[in-house]
Amino acid sequence: MSLSEMLGSFLLLLAIPFFWSGSLGLLRFPDIYTRLHALTKADNLGLGFVVAGSILLSEEWTVGVKLLLIWLAVLTASTISCFLIANAARKRKIKPWMNSQI
Amino acid sequence: MNFYLWVAVFILISVVAGLIRILKGPTAADSMLAAQLFGTGGVAILLILAQAMQMPALVDVALVYALLAAITMAVFVRRQWRGSEKTGEITDESI
Repeated sequence: MSLSEMLGSFLLLLAIPFFWSGSLGLLRFPDIYTRLHALTKADNLGLGFVVAGSILLSEEWTVGVKLLLIWLAVLTASTISCFLIANAARKRKIKPWMNSQI
Repeated sequence: MNFYLWVAVFILISVVAGLIRILKGPTAADSMLAAQLFGTGGVAILLILAQAMQMPALVDVALVYALLAAITMAVFVRRQWRGSEKTGEITDESI
């Protein structure tokens, strides 16, 4: 097992806690704005670790460039959809969760 | 099962756990967030499977998946989850 394979496998393992925390945030956070925050940040960071690990594991550099472009596409898409949903929720007058409402 | 498949299985478990939000979610957008989770998690799983099974074509499938997830959310917000902007009234029953 070479050094790049070990490092790539470690990065793949590191992605799992981020995906778990993203799902935990989706299930546990109180309103839609905080759930958007959990999904669009934690999951995209986990996907970034998967992409970094796959780049280290792939043999050809063209595959690595393609993986990087996929990650950029997912980042752009999730940013745009997060903005669209938050904006629509604000127009529907859904109130953000406040600490005093406990 | 080798190492890569186990990583894919653990990511799949987190995605499936997120599906509980579809049942619980108070608004339609909360349910659609689970679809967003499936977009990101599905891309990650497909990339790992492309590595594990030595099938480079799965990378293209992941790219299509990422684009389709974005289009799904945009269509949902523009077509389905749209209240009246001036009065703040909710015009459909999908909340």
